[in-house]
Amino acid sequence: MTAPTPAPAQIVRPYGDTTGDGMVQLSFTLPVPHGKLAEGSALQLAGKMGLDPAMVVHAKAMGPDFTFFVVYGRVQHLVDTGQVVVIERDYPLLSPREANLAIRKGLRRRLIVIGGCIGTDAHTVGIDAILNIKGFAGDKGLEYYREIKVVNLGAQVSVPQLVESAREARADAVLVSQVVTQRDAHVLGAKEMSAAFREAYPAEQRPVLVVGGPRFDEQMAAELGVDRVFGRGTTPGEVASFLVHALVTGGQAA
Amino acid sequence: MPARSTPVLDLDPATIRRARSLARKVGRPVVRMAKQHTTVSVERATLRMAGLGGADPDGTPWANRLLDTVRGDVGLEHGVCLPVWDALLRGEAGDLAELAGKASVGSVRFRLPEGRDATRAAAAADKAVGVGLRRIDARRRERERLVKRWGDPEQTPWVYLIVATGDIYEDMPQAQQAARAGADVIAVIRSTGQSLLDFVPEGPTREGYAGTYATQENFRLMRAALDESSKELGRYVRLTNYASGLCMPEIATLAGLERLDMMLNDSMYGILFRDINPVRTFVDQRFSRQVHARAGIIINTGEDNYLTTADAVDAAHTVTVSQLLNECFAKEAGLADWQLGLGHAFEIDPDVPDSFRLELAHALLARQLFPKAPLKWMPPTRHMSGDVFRGYLLDGFFNLAGMLTGQGILLVGMMTEAVVTPWLSDRDLALQNVRYVRNAAGGLAEDFHPAPDGLIARRARRVLAESIDLLERILDHAEPDFGAGLLAAIADGTFGLMRRPADGGRGLDGVVRLAPGYVNPARDLLDGAP
Repeated sequence: MTAPTPAPAQIVRPYGDTTGDGMVQLSFTLPVPHGKLAEGSALQLAGKMGLDPAMVVHAKAMGPDFTFFVVYGRVQHLVDTGQVVVIERDYPLLSPREANLAIRKGLRRRLIVIGGCIGTDAHTVGIDAILNIKGFAGDKGLEYYREIKVVNLGAQVSVPQLVESAREARADAVLVSQVVTQRDAHVLGAKEMSAAFREAYPAEQRPVLVVGGPRFDEQMAAELGVDRVFGRGTTPGEVASFLVHALVTGGQAA
Repeated sequence: MPARSTPVLDLDPATIRRARSLARKVGRPVVRMAKQHTTVSVERATLRMAGLGGADPDGTPWANRLLDTVRGDVGLEHGVCLPVWDALLRGEAGDLAELAGKASVGSVRFRLPEGRDATRAAAAADKAVGVGLRRIDARRRERERLVKRWGDPEQTPWVYLIVATGDIYEDMPQAQQAARAGADVIAVIRSTGQSLLDFVPEGPTREGYAGTYATQENFRLMRAALDESSKELGRYVRLTNYASGLCMPEIATLAGLERLDMMLNDSMYGILFRDINPVRTFVDQRFSRQVHARAGIIINTGEDNYLTTADAVDAAHTVTVSQLLNECFAKEAGLADWQLGLGHAFEIDPDVPDSFRLELAHALLARQLFPKAPLKWMPPTRHMSGDVFRGYLLDGFFNLAGMLTGQGILLVGMMTEAVVTPWLSDRDLALQNVRYVRNAAGGLAEDFHPAPDGLIARRARRVLAESIDLLERILDHAEPDFGAGLLAAIADGTFGLMRRPADGGRGLDGVVRLAPGYVNPARDLLDGAP
């Protein structure tokens, strides 16, 4: 739908307690024994990071060889909000009632969603937050929507299993959650999944593919071969609204 | 480990007895079913106990190669021992390793011996397995000796820290540093997905995903590193790993052989969270727990997992029910109270009013239901949002609840939970948090007597009542078939909202129903163990 109008460009600095003071805090560890040399090293790093002036407010030995620091300081950098690129939601946010109604009118049957964590990923927290009736942040999960039929395959589903289950369930949409990110497992998993669906379905019959997880960049959809990527903090309502938009009202399912 | 003994909640002893007797009733048919089956992993564990280690050049363990060949030739209904020791007695090979090598290239045919041949094969197997069990016994005595020499931690709860770099050679110095910084127990978490491997990897390993593979050599290396630390620090530092997934029995055996001290071992975790076949899980679990009992290993159960997928208030009673079932299966397998690290977790949404009082109610209920067990207290994960400052506060309250309710083992919470794998500084800050709370309030349990009819006491009674309801509902699933009560309840999503039918899940093809004449000396010796 319509993208919200971009915010007017604005130049800002971090805010400590006064507009424009540019104050930030950071903490880090250096592999240097605690002492004057360590604190000097911390200040040097802070300076190179653009903190001027910088204050080491806390330094503590961690074992014989390391020191932990908390540093406060002023940054000179300016942030131009006009230069920031983000993906704004390009579909209307619907309440469960509105979503149910749209599906009933537009699809004349229940919308079928299948979801799970693929590969070795056993972290179902994300997919459960979206699918389970319990939901997330007070927003009820897709199971709560009367017009959405949810099949939650849970953890460690193989890609062939997912494709097979999607066929069996005649899924309209496939939701995949990937939490484990070591060695880019989430990216590789998502690509493998989208490739398998492309292979298994004729283009016009392929279900809508959605991946989500805390470490995904929402701009990666094309690279991953999926229709939508959801990042950290996504609510079930946003996912439901997207599915209604893609499959019922928007008519632009890939 | 000294446990708090004075009860502070007014719970009706008759109700507690009823809860336990219902749990036993639920457990009984499952145990019967476990005794009527074997699995590929139980049989491989038996071979390992008899001394078969190592792997072929492709990394497939000899235990797997030998077992698969035997199974292909004569099936597993009679156990792996009769055909294997029959072949050895026929002179097909000098020892198990050689036999496995020959079997894998197809130069041995196995048969099921009968009559006197069968008797002789069984006797030979019995002798070989007995040697392995005696090695496990010796490692247990060695632990007892070292604990006496170096001593237990001075205080409870024991501080439990996780190390997991994926590389055993990185893990060792990190674990030693963690011990120096105050950890009493080091857990090396496993590589993601090891649960679903139907073999135990071999040798020292340097790559894993979000954890380090559990192998016999990694166990040995890490135990040796912690023995050094124990000596240096003057207290025995314990080592934990995971006997869960498809290879529970084998990993339990390796843990016993390498003197690990604690093992994660839950009766239903694999079923619910890994989609492992329920029958496979219960058979494997019983054998692995018998080995743990024999090895003097403390098990840690996984009830915290329920609360990562279900609401910690609504699902509090599923934790209690799981603890009761874990206790019942553990006792049946020969584990003593001091070996039961029953799990529970601090996972209530901090935005819920009175969330801390509710946590205290749940923690006290567990403490009082299992007064002699060293409960395993697990930190918040679900509501760790990435706001590390708020997370640090939450961990402080978690530590306070642990001290206040006399928990035995405290898994140290990290403020960077759900953000990064713990940094050096995260661990240090987390231990400072524990130390502060222990110094400031370690003895507060003495002064803490919740009002007899206050929110905490009422909440505990309610969770106990809901637990009894749930156990009754499980029994209502009972059908004439064995195990139907609990298996049917698992199938319809009673636990953790996951539906796991008894004829589904991974590892089902590794389950075999016993035929008359089945022989497995490991099972006989463990069943007969005091």
